[in-house]
Amino acid sequence: MRARVLIRPKAGILDPQGVAVERALPALGFAGVSGVHVGRLVELDVEDPAQVAPMCEKLLANPLVEDYEVEILDGSS
Amino acid sequence: MKFGVLQFPGSCDEVDALGAARRVGDAELLWHGARDLKGADAIVVPGGFSYGDYLRAGAIARFSPAMESVIAFAGDGGIVLGICNGFQVLCEAHLLPGALLGNANRRFTFRQVELDVVNRDTIFTRACTAGERLSVPAKHSWGRYYAAEDTLAAIERSGQVVLRYAAGENFNGSLNDIAGVCNEAGNVFGLMPHPEHAVDELTGSTDGLRIFESIRLSVEGVRV
Repeated sequence: MRARVLIRPKAGILDPQGVAVERALPALGFAGVSGVHVGRLVELDVEDPAQVAPMCEKLLANPLVEDYEVEILDGSS
Repeated sequence: MKFGVLQFPGSCDEVDALGAARRVGDAELLWHGARDLKGADAIVVPGGFSYGDYLRAGAIARFSPAMESVIAFAGDGGIVLGICNGFQVLCEAHLLPGALLGNANRRFTFRQVELDVVNRDTIFTRACTAGERLSVPAKHSWGRYYAAEDTLAAIERSGQVVLRYAAGENFNGSLNDIAGVCNEAGNVFGLMPHPEHAVDELTGSTDGLRIFESIRLSVEGVRV
């Protein structure tokens, strides 16, 4: 089964990458952009989707500073 | 006494750490794939880019066989010093509180920093004098110390904050200007700046030796 994990910096923690992107966009003519945050995407095929959350807790994310969200996709790609 | 200096794929400061340790005692390199700490009295987890910093700095190194032994060693009260990437590894291993995030200035920054020794009643700072300020280089992209509010209050209360960036020196945006912290038991210590690069007059400062000398005094039971 295909799983997708979205990992984001926790709200309230300064995200310098997000700030840099947010400041770059107006220079390219994209106005009205705010709240930019840059995270990571991890995709994996797993036999047991129930293992994905423990994987996030232990390795894929650092729950101290990051939030994660697991999506289980239909079928294998 | 003998230091054991870990070496991961991607470490780059293990040789300087070895050289600094050898100024105060014996030292040998310990490959990450081996569990044997070879009778070391103190372990140094060195700087660099272990496992390419993949995923997060220190996230993968933390699960190496050598680190499993270091976690057990620390649990038994063994002395562990983490420098830069080593600090990140120790935080990932939950041997130290908090985490290291991307520098607030968004840059890899390499500069000499001034550090205030705010707790000299530790295994790692007992050779320092009262109010001593150490001049040591720092070089990193991921050095912004962060801990949740309650953790931060707890480590401030218990004296676990050992080193702070002096006024105007906190380029990475660390909370409370924290440059180095120890665990509650006091036997594990991590810092972002590099004491092992400040051990010879040739490179401008020998202040980093204080940390290694403190460890030697602690291991040998010398009162200062």
